[in-house]
This record gives sequence, structure tokens and C-alpha cells, in this order.
Amino acid sequence: MTPEPMPLSQVGRSIPRLEASAKVTGRAEYVHNLRLPGMLYGKIFRSIVPHGRITQVNVSAARAVEGVHRVVTIEDIRSIIPNPYFGPAFHDQPILADHKVRFAGEPVAVVLAENYRVAEQAAGLITAQYEELQAVDDEVEAVSASVFVHDELKPASTFADLQHLKGQRGTNVALDYRLRHGDAEAAFAAADQVFEHSFRTQPVMHTPLEPFVSVADAANGRLTIHTASQSPSFVRIEIARLLGWAENRVRVKTAHLGGGFGSKLYIKLEALVAALSLLTGRPVKISLTMEEQFFMVTRHACTLKIKSAVDKNGRITARQCKTWWNGGAYADIGPRVTQKAGFTAAGPYDIENVALDSYAVYTNRPPASALRGFGAPQTAWAYETHTDLIAEALNIDKLEFRRRNILRNGRPQATGTVVRDTGLEAILDRLAERLAWDQPFDRGSDKLRRGRGIAIGFKAIVAPTTSAAIVKINADGSCTLYCGTVDMGQGSDTCMTQIAAEVLNIEAESIQVIHPDTDVTPYDMGTLGSRSTFHMGNAVRLAAEDAKSKIAALMAELNLPPGSNVPLVELFRRKYGMQAGNIIGTGSFHPAYAKPDHQTGRSPQVTPFWGVGGTGAEVEVDTETGQFRVTTLVNVVDAGVPINPKLVQQQISGAAIMQFGFTVSENMVFHEGQLTNGSLADYKIPGLLDLPRNFINEWVEARQHDGPFGAKGVGESATIALSPAIGNAIADAVGVRLTELPLTAESVYRAMQAAKGKPLPEQ
Amino acid sequence: MSNTRTIRFTLNGAPVKTDVEPHETLVDVLRQRFNIGGVRESCGQGLCGCCTAIVDGIAVSSCLFLAMFADGTAVDTIEHLGSSHRLDPIQEAFIEAGALQCGFCTPGFILMTKQLLDIHPVPSDDDIRHYLAGNLCRCSAYPEILAAVKLAARRRNSAAEPA
Ligand code: FES
Ligand code: FES
Repeated sequence: MTPEPMPLSQVGRSIPRLEASAKVTGRAEYVHNLRLPGMLYGKIFRSIVPHGRITQVNVSAARAVEGVHRVVTIEDIRSIIPNPYFGPAFHDQPILADHKVRFAGEPVAVVLAENYRVAEQAAGLITAQYEELQAVDDEVEAVSASVFVHDELKPASTFADLQHLKGQRGTNVALDYRLRHGDAEAAFAAADQVFEHSFRTQPVMHTPLEPFVSVADAANGRLTIHTASQSPSFVRIEIARLLGWAENRVRVKTAHLGGGFGSKLYIKLEALVAALSLLTGRPVKISLTMEEQFFMVTRHACTLKIKSAVDKNGRITARQCKTWWNGGAYADIGPRVTQKAGFTAAGPYDIENVALDSYAVYTNRPPASALRGFGAPQTAWAYETHTDLIAEALNIDKLEFRRRNILRNGRPQATGTVVRDTGLEAILDRLAERLAWDQPFDRGSDKLRRGRGIAIGFKAIVAPTTSAAIVKINADGSCTLYCGTVDMGQGSDTCMTQIAAEVLNIEAESIQVIHPDTDVTPYDMGTLGSRSTFHMGNAVRLAAEDAKSKIAALMAELNLPPGSNVPLVELFRRKYGMQAGNIIGTGSFHPAYAKPDHQTGRSPQVTPFWGVGGTGAEVEVDTETGQFRVTTLVNVVDAGVPINPKLVQQQISGAAIMQFGFTVSENMVFHEGQLTNGSLADYKIPGLLDLPRNFINEWVEARQHDGPFGAKGVGESATIALSPAIGNAIADAVGVRLTELPLTAESVYRAMQAAKGKPLPEQ
Repeated sequence: MSNTRTIRFTLNGAPVKTDVEPHETLVDVLRQRFNIGGVRESCGQGLCGCCTAIVDGIAVSSCLFLAMFADGTAVDTIEHLGSSHRLDPIQEAFIEAGALQCGFCTPGFILMTKQLLDIHPVPSDDDIRHYLAGNLCRCSAYPEILAAVKLAARRRNSAAEPA
């Protein structure tokens, strides 16, 4: 049926997610639910030491268990993949430990069985012996340590800025990004006042509720991988590289993802299940447990040092930042996080002289990667707490100090890229309004002190990347959209159909979306870093425009006047003599980018757009216990022009609550290289009771001139400035500054006692 | 194995039987033997609610519920509540309020909401927060979930009023 032309604009409608009905009835597809005939289940046996040489792995007891098909170690994997090392930035991660383990929890062997519980039981019977090596845990110590996580650095050929690291030995530094803008040293020497502070952030985990899961099915000279992945195109390229196959022999399919947040990127279980299926000739599924997820990927712990020079007028004249990123045992995308977050580590301020150094560091911990913000929340924790401290010392209102220094549209940022289309100033104004910043504030009582804080931050978007899409008009006039963006809950399917529908002037809900399947959907770099609405959104817009111009051409061919309202099905009938054929529109988008100069780290075009977010918080602190409650939480992001306002609102509140967990409770605690709290029982993620009572989530419109209908990505923006806003509010309430995340009753109480000259003993 | 026992129960209204071992959990049996996709295992520790099933009218964490104890009971899952042709008012409210993102936790929240509204037809904001505290949503659709529960309560109550 030809959908009725829609007079109403499709962009700007808050339609419910297209798949909402499938989700509320429990019928939405997840790889979690996939079972194939003859499928084997794999269970991973993991290292218990953080760093060591494997001297023996004893699998005979596991092999003897009834129902066990096979037990696999790296030797078996090598028979399929001679060089079994993968990774997006470095080819440093073995599919199973290769005579050495580099973190406690690293996969060493896999049991394959007909039944998952049998595999689990048998894996428990494997034993291994290790010759333990000294481990490195701390990101700063690792830089000068004499213990090396890797003997030699092996950068992937894809990143030009990593090539100088190729073959380096005797180092744990996997990337040293530096930026030099102006002359920071001279400015410090001439400064009226200089401020310097150090900060730390803790390791945390994405915790998608659908744990990592992949299924591989090798048959007939091809390999099909069904995987809960945010980057199916990358999976195909990397698996083909490992196997030495053409890309077209590998097929990667996703379903709905039960959450991603940056965890399900690049290669996770895919290389392992691929090798296992090729080894056995049967489909193989591996699903991790929640506990095992903690060994897969984390958000970087960081140490950050930041120093600023300020003149008499309260203008920041120079800033120097050094950041050490605890990357864990395998680089994953850590070097990219190090660089991208490095660009903006001085904050959204107009500073003439900036010196930034950002180090990706290997340690003997689970690998770290991107988590909703690509490193921006860590750097903002430092620069926005630092900013507050400076304002306090200068006795300038904290909002006013920020306004005085904020980067304005049209001004170059530290990288040299000119900032445009951002809502930085508007966000500060909105926060001030929502918190009634200029009004008197109730400071509570001696026992219950009240305070408020604000913070603002921004991020560069990962570049250069590309997306492609296909819009197919079927013979009845209906429309199918082929799009490699993975809908992991953010609502991208819905948003993309709205963009296509706007161009084609049809109803968004009438479009069918084909989920990522590398045999069918065109290339997309990945669903990550707030890039999809902008990149894929533009590709979809171009594909729909292409289809539209082909429809116009067909009309001309049939001698119809332009704009004629002959239904599409009729056009096809006239052309082919029956209801047949289709029109294929294609679109491909690749925004301009200029590689940063290796010496100065600068570039005139470092990001396609800027992600901007600000947070305001009011807290109540119990001075007797350090317990605190966030009573008001206001998040304002720059959303460009929202395609679907309701979905934008949910991205803001969802990101904010997630970062709230990273601020007040979540913390992966390591003791001598061992994770001590790797389960939801001991690692607390936010629930309904944690939701602040007064929880406001809004956006300012800052039209992105080259975004699809003015839109930009918003999935991460609300994470950036939330932690420092709460820390600043606590400081405002009780006068103590916490420099390390998470902020807990204990850390507040300790700081208050220390401020009174009665510090508590360390544990 | 020798400890296997045959259990019989009603699954979503239909009588079923299967052989289970003593250690097998209800979530495994529902997923592996009966292809029930609306019951999911996430934390495996009774902490997240993704595996929620209704046994004899009471919501349980099926990851901690031994399948043998299901013998002789009636087990219901989200698959039994409404269908894609006819949704339950709670399901409708979740869609309208946008109370889901990835949807992985959604069946658990909906089943708990049903139990809440069956017991407390007019729950306060606090009631809802406490009653659903055992269900986790990592996408943090919490504000919309609160709104959905309130909407569903209003709908059920106005439908229940005598004409
Ligand atoms: S899986 Fe059962 S409660 Fe989490
Ligand atoms: S909607 Fe994703 S976990 Fe709740």
C-alpha cells in the first residue's frame, strides 16, 4: 500500500519507539535468546593471577565430564588462526591467553558442551599453574615501572598516529598525545596567580543487563556471527583479517541489544566463538554471566593533574593538564579515548595558552575502553572541580567565573578547531535559571547543611568516520530502510525512520528498518560516541533524497508533471506493466576532518560537532555521618534540533542516572590485582530509590548547521559534567573538597574530619 | 542422571511436563526447554528482576527458583500477558510513557507492576519506588517507568468503576 502523504513534519514528532510493542510483550529478539540446531555452549576458564607465565593447564578432568564436547586452549585456536591477536588500535589481545596472563580474570581455556550447565561444571574442574610475575596496577607508576605488560607494542596499521610506537619495547605507554597551543610556560611565569590540583577517578563498568553474548556458525565456507555488538562492520573486517578471508565470507548480524553504553564494541567474544565454530564445525554460543562482564571491559581509572594561571580580571590565561589513563592489559580503543578526551581536557574555556599531555597506559587490570562519554566525564571531573576551586579562591561567583571564561561560538578551541553551533552559553543560562542561582539559597541547619553546584563540559566526536544507508521504495510504494546503526535502546531505528520519512513525506511508522546484517546493510563505523544521529542520520537523509530524485526521474520518464500526485504503485505499474520493480536510493556520509599535527596536537577540523552538557545539583549533607542526598538534579544538554524530543529527553535522563551511579556508588575495587566486588551484589548500580526527587532534564536548541535537519548526537552529553556538579555542591554545603570519585558518605565524613584536624586512620 | 525427576505444571495456561535435575533453575528450564524469551538471566543473583516469572500468582526471581518447586504450580510469564494484537493496559501505559529503552528489563518491570496494582490499586509515588526497587534498569528509564505505573493505575481504576 502506498502510505498516505503526510502533511505533518516527521522531524520533531515524539513517536514511541517502533519496536515498543515487541519489547513490552517480551517478544523482541536478542542474541541472548538465540538457539541454533546442534549448538554447543562454551564456558570460559579464567586466570586467577594478574600477571604470570602459564606453566600448565590441566583439562583432563573437564574433558572426562559426560556431555563435554571439547576443551580448547590457544594451541587449538592457532590451528585455525595462526596469529590470534586482535584489537582496534593495537593487535595486542590474544583470543585465549597465549602462555602468559596479563590480568586476573583473563580467559585461558574454554569448555564446549551440549548444555550450558555441563560446560560450567566442567570448567570448574580445570586447573592451571602459573609462574607469577610482578604486576603493575597504578597508571602513574606503570609509566616508570620496570615491569612491562607487553614485551613489544603492536599498533594496528589503521591508525597513523600510533605508527611511531610500532615495535617499541620496554614501555607501558600505548599512546602519548600532546597538545601545545600558545606558550603555556611563558604565561605561567608571567601569571598573577597559579592554581594546581590533582584528581582521580575510579574504574567502573558498563553493566548492560544483557551480558555479552555471541554465536558463531561456520558452514559451507562461510562464517555467520550473531552478536550483541555495537560495531558489526568492524567485527566483520577484523574477523576476516584474522582468518585471512575476504570480507564477503563473513556475515555479522545483530538483534536488539540489551544495552551497550560503549561496552559491546570492536571484538569481544566474536573472535573466540568464530574460532570455536570453525574448530568444531558446529554453531557455538558463549554468554557471559554478570560476574564475568567485569573481566571484559571497563571505564578507565584516571589520574589527572591540572594547573591554571589566572589574571587580575579573573581570566584564565594558561592551563596545563596531564592525564594518565589506566588502560588495563589490552589497549582496546583506549588510545583513542586518550586522544579524543585529550583534545578537550582543558575544558570549554577560552584559554590562550594550553599544554595537554594524555597517556594511555597498560596495567595488569581488565581492559578499559569507552563508556558513555569517551573519557570526557573523567577530564571534566578534574577541570570543573578545579574551576570551582579557582573561583572560590578568587572570591568570584562560580557561575560568573565560568561565564567570564566560557568558549564562545566562533572562537578557536585549544586544538585550533573553531567552536560553532554549540549551546555552551545557553546551557549556563538555563542552569542558572533552573537553580534560581541569583536568589537567596537555604543553607539548612548545622546538622543538615545544604549546598549547590554547577558544572559544564564538552567533548569532541570521534573522527574521521563514515556511514552509509540504503532506502528502498518497493513496488507498492512502501519503504524499507537498510541501516547499520545498532538500536541498543537509544531509539535509533525510530529516529532514522523519522529522517527518511521527512524527506519522502511519508509517515515514519510505515517504514521498516532492516537491522545490521553485514550481508545486507551497508558499512557503518559503529554505534558509538554520539555519532549516529549526525553521521548515519545524514547518510539516511542522503539516501532518501537520492530515492526521491529517482522517483522524480521516473515521473519525468512517464511524462508526468513534477509534483504530480500519481501514487507510487501506479508509477511502477506504468513503467513495468505490473506491480514490480523498486527504486534504490543510496547515501554515504563522511564529514571533513584534518589529522592533528604530531608535534602540536592541533588541527583546524578535529571534530564534526561538539557534544555539550551541563549539570546543576542541590545537596543536603548530614554533618554527623557524611551521608548526603541529591535533592535537585538539573541536566541541560545541547541537542541541536531534536528529531524525536521524547527520545532526546530519555537520553539525557538515562545518561544522567548512569553517571550518577559512577559518581556516588559504582567502583571496581581491586586488591593486589584481584577484583573484589565483581557482581551486582557488591557493585551497586542505581535503582528507582536512587532517583533524585527533583530531577529535571532539558535541552537547549543549538542548530547544527550540517546535521540532519539541524540535529546532533546527545547520547553522552549528560554524563560529562554531572560528577563535578555534585562534588561542587557538597563542597558548597560543608566546605570540603573531594578530589577522588566516587563520592560516598565515608569519603565526605573523612574529609570533614580531616578539615577539623581529626583525620580518621586509613583502612 | 539418576536424580532426574519429572515435573508437571501449567505454563501460560497450558499443561506441560519436563524432566529436571535438582540443581536446575526455573529460568533455565523456561528458556531452554520451553523457548520462553521474555524471561532473561542477567545478574543470576536475584537482584535485577530480568528473570521475573509468576508462580501461583506470586512474582519470583526465576534465577533463584529451583525448577523442581514448580511441580504442580501455575507458571506465567510476560508471554501470557496480552499479545501483540491486544495489549494489557500496563503494557499500553509502558509504551505511551516511553518506559523502556533497550527493553531487556521491561518484562520484569511489567510483571511487578501488575502485582503491585493488583495489591495496591492506587499506589503512591513512594509505594512504586519501593515496590519496584528490586528491578534494575541500566538504561535508567526510571522516570518514565514511574509515569507508566501511575498511568496504568489510573486506567485500571477508571475501567474498574461501575458504569
Ligand atoms: S537474573 Fe534473576 S534477578 Fe537478576
Ligand atoms: S530498558 Fe534497558 S535495562 Fe531497562
